[in-house]
Amino acid sequence: MENLIWILLSAMVVNNFTLALFLGLCPFMGVSARVETALRMGLANIFVLTITSLCAWFLNAFVLPHAPYLRLISFIVVIASLVQIVEIVIKKVSPALFRQLGIFLPLITTNCAILGLAIFQTNRGYGLVEGLFFAVGAGLGLTLALVLMASIRENAELASVPELAKGMALVLIIAGSLSLAFMGFAGLLSSA
Amino acid sequence: MTDSPSNTQAAPPEEVPSRKLMVTLAGVGALAGLMIVVVYGWTQPTIRAYKARMLAAAVGEVLRMPARYDTLYVHQDRLVNHPPDGASGADLEAVYLGYDADGTPIGYAIAAGEPGFQDIIGLIFGYDHRSGRVLGMKVLQSKETPGLGDKIEKDAGFVSQFEGALTPLLGVKSRDASGDPHEIDMITGATISSRTIIRTINNAIERMGPMLEAYERNPGP
Amino acid sequence: MRQTTPQADFLRGIWRENPVLIQMLGLCPALAVTNTVANSIAMGVATFFVLMGSSLLVSTFKRWIPHEVRISTYVLIIATFVTIADMLLEAAVPTVHKALGAFVGLIVVNCMILGRQEAFASKQPIGRSLLDAAGTGLGFMLALLMMGAVREVLGNGTFLGFSLFGPNFEPWVIMILPPGGFLTLGLWLLVLSWIERRRAESGKVAEWPAGVAQRRAA
Repeated sequence: MENLIWILLSAMVVNNFTLALFLGLCPFMGVSARVETALRMGLANIFVLTITSLCAWFLNAFVLPHAPYLRLISFIVVIASLVQIVEIVIKKVSPALFRQLGIFLPLITTNCAILGLAIFQTNRGYGLVEGLFFAVGAGLGLTLALVLMASIRENAELASVPELAKGMALVLIIAGSLSLAFMGFAGLLSSA
Repeated sequence: MTDSPSNTQAAPPEEVPSRKLMVTLAGVGALAGLMIVVVYGWTQPTIRAYKARMLAAAVGEVLRMPARYDTLYVHQDRLVNHPPDGASGADLEAVYLGYDADGTPIGYAIAAGEPGFQDIIGLIFGYDHRSGRVLGMKVLQSKETPGLGDKIEKDAGFVSQFEGALTPLLGVKSRDASGDPHEIDMITGATISSRTIIRTINNAIERMGPMLEAYERNPGP
Repeated sequence: MRQTTPQADFLRGIWRENPVLIQMLGLCPALAVTNTVANSIAMGVATFFVLMGSSLLVSTFKRWIPHEVRISTYVLIIATFVTIADMLLEAAVPTVHKALGAFVGLIVVNCMILGRQEAFASKQPIGRSLLDAAGTGLGFMLALLMMGAVREVLGNGTFLGFSLFGPNFEPWVIMILPPGGFLTLGLWLLVLSWIERRRAESGKVAEWPAGVAQRRAA
């Protein structure tokens, strides 16, 4: 149990997917202007990451021992297909939920956080349960980073920013400061 | 393969038979597979040889240059000389038993890892079960802070203390050092990283000790 | 696409439409592995290889790829080249491969590569697609080098491993840690937009130098 909590918190804050590993930067830069959108994007991410973790575990356990060199290809193909199937199912079953999260799903599938999760999970030899904790931690971490970023950006709109720094430069420098702040979490989980 | 509904909607008006889609994807897949398998066959020997060389170097370093070493596999809380039927040696946890030139066992090289300051610190250490002494320690993998935590790897003074240290190890600050053989002088500014290494070694010995004991009594086939 | 000369295909990606600095694509590798110059070069070369290979195949087979499955096909082709690049790197330079870690595999989801297939290689002849891929790949490498040089020099006091400032230099460790990636790219963007503004201002007072004017009109 202690190990599982370490995996979850490590992926969420200490080694935050976005701010320490630079995964999922496209939504971080693109969809972080409004807090509400950021929150929904984050939730959709948690959802897709969980599916990804299940897929990666299944492929690692049953398919890839026979053909290790097909790892990348099979990850990409299976995850993209499954997310699309889920997207269709959600659209059919709950149109309301689809309107909330659905538009983000295709965007997320081609996001490095998804493939990154699958690869990290494989490299670290996580099993089913460990993988799920890892996925949820990573998703919560992405959501946290997105929401923090969006909150700061909403405020920055009212601030007088030098003309030169407006746009991406400002976003990157804010991200740098956030990343710096998250470094303070290092050592949090060391029992010593 | 599925096609997203938006893709189908955006398709040109003329209907493309789904057989053609299948054939295209199968064709690309076959080409992809062929290319990958060719490169795999070509690069694998080099990659395997490199990994074996790195392992031999690490085992050699922590066991003080053994003449040769055997690989023992952990299977159902026992050490066995050969991987059990149906399992490949690569998937099992292993320890390495080193011998000197006369064929006398020197000690075991054991790999282990635990969460450090930033992420998992992976290491390998040599251990003489009879005397209970560590023979050497080498960090294999760490993401500790450059300039502080990474001294566990780069500070030769810290690393060399492990040679001959008596287990269980005890981490102390420099000013409290009494010269006791159990003591490891921790790095100032990298206490958590230093302690992780000490804890990793102690825990690994606690877990492996009974297995080593049983193996020494009955080495098996 | 108003420009049709081969030079324009090649040069466009290097600076004026630089994938990282202008289009903000491929940020993940540009920030994650640029803590040393050597890693930047290795990542740049691997991405260049994948981009060239994918553009070659996509451009060659574009007539036989149905519109409905084009994205899946491109991704499959890209993933193949990434797998090959991964294995070649591991065999040729295992230490660099270890330093890059999972980020070699993540070249698959570098939007820049898929973007070039969709926007260019799927519509243009092979020669021009290769020129476009080479330009974009070099532009990506240039951006990675700009990041890697600043981060390694300040963060470690070295360039490609050679010590620059002697033993008394106190490295700015933060530059080779994750925040340094964000800050370095942010600062480069500031510098670039400052240069851009200087140019625009000097353009108001004086006539454009002939070369610059031509290039800007293009």
